[in-house]
Amino acid sequence: MKLAVASGKGGTGKTFFAVNIFYSLISAGKCAILLDCDAEEPNAALFVGGEQAGFDKVCLDIPVIDKEKCLYCSKCSESCYYNAIFIIPTSSIIRVIEELCHGCGVCNYVCDNDAIGKKEKPLGYVVNYVLDNGARLIETRMDVGVYSPVKLIRAGVAAAKGASLVIMDSPPGSSCPFIHTVAGADYVVLVTEPTPFGLSDLRQSISVLRQLNKPFGVVVNKAGIGDSAIYDYLLGEDIALLMEIPFKREIAEYCARGELFAVQDIEFRKQLLAVFGKIYRNYGDRDRKR
Amino acid sequence: MEIVIVSGKGGTGKSSVAAALASLSGDVVLADCDVDAANQYILYKPQEEEFEAFTGSREALLDRTRCDNCMICIEYCRFDAISLTEGQVCISPIFCDGCGLCAKVCPGEAIVMTEHRNSMLVSASFRYGRMVFGKLAPGEENSGKLVSLVKEKARQLSFYGQKSDIIIDGPPGIGCPVIASIVGADRVIIVTEPSVAAIKDMERLLSLCSSIGLNTGVLINKSDLDREKQNEITDLCHKEGIHIHGKIPYDPMFVDAMVHCRSICEWVPGSGTVSVLRDIHRDIFNGR
Repeated sequence: MKLAVASGKGGTGKTFFAVNIFYSLISAGKCAILLDCDAEEPNAALFVGGEQAGFDKVCLDIPVIDKEKCLYCSKCSESCYYNAIFIIPTSSIIRVIEELCHGCGVCNYVCDNDAIGKKEKPLGYVVNYVLDNGARLIETRMDVGVYSPVKLIRAGVAAAKGASLVIMDSPPGSSCPFIHTVAGADYVVLVTEPTPFGLSDLRQSISVLRQLNKPFGVVVNKAGIGDSAIYDYLLGEDIALLMEIPFKREIAEYCARGELFAVQDIEFRKQLLAVFGKIYRNYGDRDRKR
Repeated sequence: MEIVIVSGKGGTGKSSVAAALASLSGDVVLADCDVDAANQYILYKPQEEEFEAFTGSREALLDRTRCDNCMICIEYCRFDAISLTEGQVCISPIFCDGCGLCAKVCPGEAIVMTEHRNSMLVSASFRYGRMVFGKLAPGEENSGKLVSLVKEKARQLSFYGQKSDIIIDGPPGIGCPVIASIVGADRVIIVTEPSVAAIKDMERLLSLCSSIGLNTGVLINKSDLDREKQNEITDLCHKEGIHIHGKIPYDPMFVDAMVHCRSICEWVPGSGTVSVLRDIHRDIFNGR
């Protein structure tokens, strides 16, 4: 089963929930992989540690223009949806703006004079970590200055393919990086906080998940702050409230130091396992049923 | 002057700080560049005045009556967005990047590109000036284009900084939407907090800012959360020559104010936190 942990708003406790449920599962003897899909800011490793055991470089094929062959016909530039080819035919100037290129290959296809080749542009890494008890962490890590983490996320999802139990830590927001993470999940846990910002961003995430037809449930973190509007919303929409985690300064302090709260608090660990059990019973053995 | 508030890690208090600085400014253009989770309009309930439709992205649509399942498109697509499902070519709207290569290679002209125009750029007025924000339709690609439009609109409304200051509430992360938000700003302010994750994210953001050559400062929120981590931030900034605009203690009044649709400066104007914010505001805008 692949379980994604996501949230529209940042800082609601996605990573907190993901690393703690992962720890609870492996300490209960389950063989699990933690997949950090927040390639822009991967942080799961700070909490679960582990020893680095190899990495894969992820690259994008981008065009290289052979100026000897180029006729400055502008076809490539006109066909590029991302405006990544800059051309002034009268001055024989042509340049690939690498940051804007998505590596789609359209320019290469439309060029009549075979003037466009390709080269690899590094985007980042998929890093493997082995933890003490045989569990694994797969981290996607985008290089600073790269525009989109999507290709790294997909490489991470591919690296975890075939594993029986994967916990995915999603990037924030509700656009591409989030969508490419949850697309590979059987179930999505949305972590939110009971504040107006938390509610607004939750609604945005939910409308995307509904479009994608993904089953999901909500965890209200930092319960006790803010107001009760989020509960009215969940009730009105008949959305599963999986768990409430009370706001405690102590929990925030554990997170600040990079420690796992579930190590200290056995009750919390039990609650996380209960939430997982409930999800697994309903969505976990889909593969077997098929 | 154009300042942009970012954080790397989400939830450090970007939006609350941006809202507070706006209410201390008086006459300001507030630009919400976190277009897939815009929040300033919730807080300030602005009078929306002007809407512009925005073409966020496009996707390939297959006309099944013209498709003879030759699979050439599958071969060409670099996003693995096209597959053969139950003997038929299918295009996944999730994985389609909108490049248009499949439409070009299809011998039967069975694929057309369709544009989405359901995202919106909104200009508005609120009690401290003007506000611009984007409303990205659910599931749309955030390529940074809408972010750039929000910024351009904000610059127009401020007469390119001549009439009023611009405060930009930026998105989390370090990717395209962030780059689009920070480029060209007079000052980038990173709101961080004393936690391992926020510090690591701040470091990645600092290296992004310095690679673009931006004038960058740091603001430590929830500064009393962990003394040791706070020192770590101060040492790091000191070593890198990064100015710290101030330290805001953890204050539940930020959330309290948000629930009542107020900035903290409006909600508890006499509090210690607000007096710290006033100093920070002065430090940012008078140090110009």
